[in-house]
Amino acid sequence: MAGNLIANYEEAAAIVLFGIGFTMLLFQRNLIKKLIGMNIMDTGTFLFLASMGYINGRKAPIIENGVMSAEAYINPVPAGLVLTGIVVSVSVTAMMLSLTVRLYKRYHTLYLDDIYVLSRHQTEDR
Amino acid sequence: MDFITNIPLFTIVLSLFSGVLCMMLSDRAARRYTFCYEVLLIAGVAAVLFYTVKTGQAFTYVMGEFPAPWGNEIRAGVLEALTALFFLIVMLCSVTAGRRFLLVDVDDSKRNLYYTLINLMTAALLAMVWTNDIFTGYVFLEILTLTSCGILIVREIGRTTLAAVRYMIMNLLGSGLFLLGVVLLYDVTGDLLMVPMQADIARLSGDPRNMLVITMATGVLTVGLAIKSGLFPFHYWMPDTYGWATPASGSILSSLVSKCYIFLLIKIYWRVIGIEVFEKMPVRNILFVLGVCGIVFGSLSAIRASNVNRMVAFSSAAQIGYIYMGIGIGGLPGYTAAIFQIFAHSVTKSLLFLTTPRLAEASGNSLKFKDLEGSAVRDRNAGFFFLLGAFSMIGIPIFAGFSAKLLFGTAAVEVSGDRKILTVILALALSSVLNALYFLRTVIRIYQKSPNGDRTRMLHRADYNVPMGILTVLNLAMGLFSWIFADLIQSGLLMFG
Repeated sequence: MAGNLIANYEEAAAIVLFGIGFTMLLFQRNLIKKLIGMNIMDTGTFLFLASMGYINGRKAPIIENGVMSAEAYINPVPAGLVLTGIVVSVSVTAMMLSLTVRLYKRYHTLYLDDIYVLSRHQTEDR
Repeated sequence: MDFITNIPLFTIVLSLFSGVLCMMLSDRAARRYTFCYEVLLIAGVAAVLFYTVKTGQAFTYVMGEFPAPWGNEIRAGVLEALTALFFLIVMLCSVTAGRRFLLVDVDDSKRNLYYTLINLMTAALLAMVWTNDIFTGYVFLEILTLTSCGILIVREIGRTTLAAVRYMIMNLLGSGLFLLGVVLLYDVTGDLLMVPMQADIARLSGDPRNMLVITMATGVLTVGLAIKSGLFPFHYWMPDTYGWATPASGSILSSLVSKCYIFLLIKIYWRVIGIEVFEKMPVRNILFVLGVCGIVFGSLSAIRASNVNRMVAFSSAAQIGYIYMGIGIGGLPGYTAAIFQIFAHSVTKSLLFLTTPRLAEASGNSLKFKDLEGSAVRDRNAGFFFLLGAFSMIGIPIFAGFSAKLLFGTAAVEVSGDRKILTVILALALSSVLNALYFLRTVIRIYQKSPNGDRTRMLHRADYNVPMGILTVLNLAMGLFSWIFADLIQSGLLMFG
């Protein structure tokens, strides 16, 4: 078990990062810290993909010196997935940041619990 | 290749294009354009449904003509076409019937952007229904998350923004887990297209060490989508989200968005994991238990709810529980019942979420039960539609809700062992009683003569009554001719395998 973990230390680190990010997103009360957690969580997944996609001793998948054999290069698909994932993560972060700004302007705090208490005292239609 | 095989891709591309176009149109033009193109999409998808039923088999559209392990594919069978059709009809009805509230809730200058969001959401819903590639599923899942947050925050008050933040946090947790599950499955199989993945998993599942990874990936995927669709115990974001959104958005979020995640989950079970492999995993039984808990606790929360919108939202949690209970029962009958419930609930819940704000409007903009007394007398049409929706939720025969419950009962008897049958029957009975308790209580309240007398009668127009009528007719059709829908779903599921 421990041997497996040491042999696959990159994947193990990726899952630990994912766990850290996940718990931060779930339990942190400060919205900005939650967002940082979300980014750590996504980065963990990207590290996992990148380390799985890399094969020792092979080159980036760009044809060099006319070598056409697939054996010479690593798999380009995980890198493509990571790129797509990064785009998604950036747009989600932007969305969440804009929501955070809106909440801060209204309630002047970043703590979700406080915002919740403040919002209950407001009377709003319907 | 027939021309009709191009339609599924065309519906997605047209929706994406329409989203961009609506940004440049005025409010009125965007509204009319959205109406026309949704009708066009409904016609196209109906043609696909007819074609797949007639030929009796599904077809695959290969994008860019790159063959199987490399390219990206779209697949359309009976079930995909039926789901897309239902989603589009409910979407069109919700947007049309909820338009009057948009005038109040959304700023004039931004109203065309609401249609942009609706169109992008349609694209995401359709792509998730049609796709044959699990990573495309993930990308459109995120687009669905962003657009659903968008249609929530168009109502710019503090409570909606707070609800949107909480909704997004739960959804991000779900998306993160879903992505991890997809990545794990990709690592063991080396494919992203559903057909080769299923072949690989069937080959790998013989080895217990591989099976462990596959089970874990399935578990992670399932938890991710369960959080997003609001399965017990992850349902606490529901009342705020559905209750504070503008009515059209509340109706779309509860009846389409959460259902689409479950549809994707069912698709993954059948087409990626393979149903034989999945039935061996413990995941199914966990879903069964959580589903039954959801039915009971969702109903109990609904009884204690402080206003009518929260009550309807909590009853959504109970209905989602039904769907997961169907997955837990398993087998062809279990999944048929689950998918039937997806359709039945989406037509019923959109009906309810579009009537409650009208009842509130007739009662001085209050959703509190006390103020709603006599609201159905003041606003007869809304009261009538609420009555029909409530009857369907309780499970009175001739309504869709009854047929769904009947299908669950027969599925349990056909497939499971004694203990599961007993649990399902008890859960159905208990939930019917609880549903009757809180829905009939509300119905009696809104039809009561109120002490403060009859106020002005509400103005009713065709743009509210016609879509509500269509939803009611769909509901009755599903109740009266349930076997037609069940047969279609069943043949669609067989095409999945």
